Amino acid sequence: MAAHLSYGRVNLNVLREAVRRELREFLDKCAGSKAIVWDEYLTGPFGLIAQYSLLKEHEVEKMFTLKGNRLPAADVKNIIFFVRPRLELMDIIAENVLSEDRRGPTRDFHILFVPRRSLLCEQRLKDLGVLGSFIHREEYSLDLIPFDGDLLSMESEGAFKECYLEGDQTSLYHAAKGLMTLQALYGTIPQIFGKGECARQVANMMIRMKREFTGSQNSIFPVFDNLLLLDRNVDLLTPLATQLTYEGLIDEIYGIQNSYVKLPPEKFAPKKQGDGGKDLPTEAKKLQLNSAEELYAEIRDKNFNAVGSVLSKKAKIISAAFEERHNAKTVGEIKQFVSQLPHMQAARGSLANHTSIAELIKDVTNRVLLLLPRLECNGTISAHRNLRLPGSSDSLASASQVAEITASEDFFDKLTVEQEFMSGIDTDKVNNYIEDCIAQKHSLSKVLRLVCLQSVCNSGLKQKVLDYYKREILQTYGYEHILTLHNLEKAGLLKPQTGGKNNYPTIRKTLRLWMDDVNEQNPTDISYVYSGYAPLSVRLAQLLSRPGWRSIEEVLRILPGPHFEERQPLPTGLQKKRQPGENRVTLIFFLGGVTFAEIAALRFLSQLEDGGTEYVIATTKLMNGTSWIEALMEKPF
Amino acid sequence: MNRTKGDEEEYWNSSKFKAFTFDDEDDELSQLKESKRAVNSLRDFVDDDDDDDLERVSWSGEPVGSISWSIKETAGNSGSTHEGREQLKSRNSFSSYAQLPKPTSTYSLSSFFRGRTRPGSFQSLSDALSDTPAKSYAPELGRPKGEYRDYSNDWSPSDTVRRLRKGKVCSLERFRSLQDKLQLLEEAVSMHDGNVITALSHYREHLNIQDPDKRKEFLKTCVGLPFSAEDSAHIQDHYMLLERQIIIEAIDRHLESAGQTEIFRKHPRKASILNMPLVTTLFYSCFYHYTEAEGTFSSPVNLKKTFKIPDKQYVLTALAARAKLRAWNDVDALFTTKNWLGYTKKRAPIGFHRVVEILHKNNAPVQILQEYVNLVEDVDTKLNLATKFKCHDVVIDTYRDLKDRQQLLAYRSKVDKGSAEEEKIDALLSSSQIRWKN
Repeated sequence: MAAHLSYGRVNLNVLREAVRRELREFLDKCAGSKAIVWDEYLTGPFGLIAQYSLLKEHEVEKMFTLKGNRLPAADVKNIIFFVRPRLELMDIIAENVLSEDRRGPTRDFHILFVPRRSLLCEQRLKDLGVLGSFIHREEYSLDLIPFDGDLLSMESEGAFKECYLEGDQTSLYHAAKGLMTLQALYGTIPQIFGKGECARQVANMMIRMKREFTGSQNSIFPVFDNLLLLDRNVDLLTPLATQLTYEGLIDEIYGIQNSYVKLPPEKFAPKKQGDGGKDLPTEAKKLQLNSAEELYAEIRDKNFNAVGSVLSKKAKIISAAFEERHNAKTVGEIKQFVSQLPHMQAARGSLANHTSIAELIKDVTNRVLLLLPRLECNGTISAHRNLRLPGSSDSLASASQVAEITASEDFFDKLTVEQEFMSGIDTDKVNNYIEDCIAQKHSLSKVLRLVCLQSVCNSGLKQKVLDYYKREILQTYGYEHILTLHNLEKAGLLKPQTGGKNNYPTIRKTLRLWMDDVNEQNPTDISYVYSGYAPLSVRLAQLLSRPGWRSIEEVLRILPGPHFEERQPLPTGLQKKRQPGENRVTLIFFLGGVTFAEIAALRFLSQLEDGGTEYVIATTKLMNGTSWIEALMEKPF
Repeated sequence: MNRTKGDEEEYWNSSKFKAFTFDDEDDELSQLKESKRAVNSLRDFVDDDDDDDLERVSWSGEPVGSISWSIKETAGNSGSTHEGREQLKSRNSFSSYAQLPKPTSTYSLSSFFRGRTRPGSFQSLSDALSDTPAKSYAPELGRPKGEYRDYSNDWSPSDTVRRLRKGKVCSLERFRSLQDKLQLLEEAVSMHDGNVITALSHYREHLNIQDPDKRKEFLKTCVGLPFSAEDSAHIQDHYMLLERQIIIEAIDRHLESAGQTEIFRKHPRKASILNMPLVTTLFYSCFYHYTEAEGTFSSPVNLKKTFKIPDKQYVLTALAARAKLRAWNDVDALFTTKNWLGYTKKRAPIGFHRVVEILHKNNAPVQILQEYVNLVEDVDTKLNLATKFKCHDVVIDTYRDLKDRQQLLAYRSKVDKGSAEEEKIDALLSSSQIRWKN
């Protein structure tokens, strides 16, 4: 069912099986037929570890979404609420329980808190007079959810805001718990490295928790050699830039949720003759994206500019494979062809989907992405000046065509500005493009992303520039966004430059964050994921593995938070003797979120022949710049 | 970067980077199209095959049997779900999904949550303390040990109380001594007094007030709170803006319903102006109250002065509003400046390229567009805009002035056969007066 989780260097199916076992055990505690009432937010993450069939095997007959008033009718013995520990959800649960029809057959109530029980929630239930109605009140520690063979996420949306704005370390505690679970399954991780305040906290909690486990010695041979804990606020820059890998762009444009993406259906409509375009589906097309799909695994981490040629090659191969049927003459040959059909069919479907997705992305990026310019020394961009608009011979270009061109022009302009900032050009004055975006009232998250990028690439904006942006934003989008601006300032994303010193150039040069020569087709460096910019976070990981952080002490001091190293001693029997040429396995944990482009860059490093290190990636949340900024925006509550 | 001229030529002209040609040959898009064609041609052949090994997916893409799919299924129709599921299970064939039934119900939880939290209903801390169960749900921290000194600060009383207030998981077990407990209580009590309620979190409360008058009164209480100087001015502006919007809204609603004012009859208001941003309010007043004397609350000039709206922003907004009304004379006046001798001059603080774009967005006629395209200074930008918006005369005149015979010749194919533009180009091309550069 989840074979793709076992393809990687570390078999993450073991973790999946462990959490499934725990789920089964809980279900069996509530004997008899059951209905589950879901906190809707949980269905996505749960979908990654269990299918309905598993629940059904344990007598789950009905499932509902948690909502007010009376529960829907269901002839079951048990009603189980699967919820996050949130007070507002407790109110709804109480409403459900209280409006239960007393004349009907009595049903047993249970609550499963994910990932932790909460004192306050139970107190709330008590206040509402329903606590006694629940027979089982338990917790289900679903901390780290396996997303792919090398990827784990807590899918905790609020983690960054809680840690860096509210000083609330709940999610760090969950992260530490998750790491303890991993160590229980995959052995003690002998070395822990970290950079940042939160990293320090998590490491401390882990060490603490380990001490509390005295008596039970972990006897599992360690799978991971190192753990690298990284604070998101050590690298605020990377998520702000537009990701240019295939998966990154899908996420930037359509948003990937729990490994699913919803796409506009038009491009997926069946093209059959005589259809006349009627019955076009109106519901979004939903696709699952993970390495279980061979083609997706091959293209997702490529720069988008390298995707088209792969798809076209695949199309030729598949066409040729189907043509083989004409050569099949004997019964045996036909049989063999038929036996291959399922695989070919799946490959065909997969290719059709990704061709459609690539077309959708092209509509936004257009081919301007192909001509992403290299910046010249003086910062002007020759390419843009020469940009010619399509001259079509028929004089009436359709309005949508113009709109499309405008959209892609804008995408190009945005990339240009981002690249200027990241390469250190004109970061200290008000940017025309940003000003235009505000004047045209582009989405606020887009504007904030750019302004924050400029601020980070200038170690803070000059007070005058900052005040100007602030006023423009408040006047155009509403004064209440002063709250959002404060959040961004508190998170360090948007701030005045202190001491008049811009540290970014030092960081950029030392860590080689901007690379002029990028090969998008056959990359030689991680900078291909942003067509020029090498993600800072991944550079830190790369330099840690070789030659070690001692070489970049100066930059590490500039970046926020402490850097540290801890050892967890192993009994001699469990100490690893690495074979020559054998890669180390590093678990890298991004506290506060990670982007698909960073994941792509790490996979690129894992695959390097002489890289020496393979990475398994864990995070509090899979995110992109927009979802990140939006989580920091203040909304009415 | 050190790329030489030659390298750059090579870069732009190499087959990999067929940069500026927009024909569809031999680029990635055509590769995509090719893949698509190939894929489509295969469809009929494989349509009829059903295979058990393929994952089954309903149209919405939910794999059949997944949790979110099952909720919709089992919640929808009780009893007869089996048939429905079998139906859904049909197959993952590319052409058959159109016939699949759509999920019967989709709930949006967010709609239930909105406005459900009751502000101020945090239970008292003593209640929470009285019921400390034997089992601890949070990290068992115990007493800090010397070597982990930094850890002892992780869960300070104030952190703990903040977490409790927010309904977060939290252990109270470490507060064992009387002194610890008192400290914790003190912290909890102080959370409710004014000391910790910062100006901003007070201001944040206004978001929860729906009634405009109450919201205005609340904002008034924010003015004068200890914000930074810069923020203080913004908060003051926020209050003044809402105050003004309430007045404008009352008057305009009345005018609109009375039906005597032409502008409201012709262009009924789509929404109330209450709580709109400043720039939106300016647009509104440029649309409905453009000619009003400076003394009224709704006059654009008054707004500009009161809120110190920058010139650029003002011109952009006024232009958009007047162009939407197709009031071309107002547009003209917006960019006309007179010097003391009475000579007029055209000037645009936002640059005429922006003017052109905004006019085009509002479907300005070519004559009007042309006039402003001509005012664009940069020749490349001018040509670009003129070509994009089909201001043929501007394109033709510009190539003539550039003495660019080749481009003019090329442009000839883009104008209608037998049109005045074509004649104009022909006349120029055959003219002996021009010394073409190519």
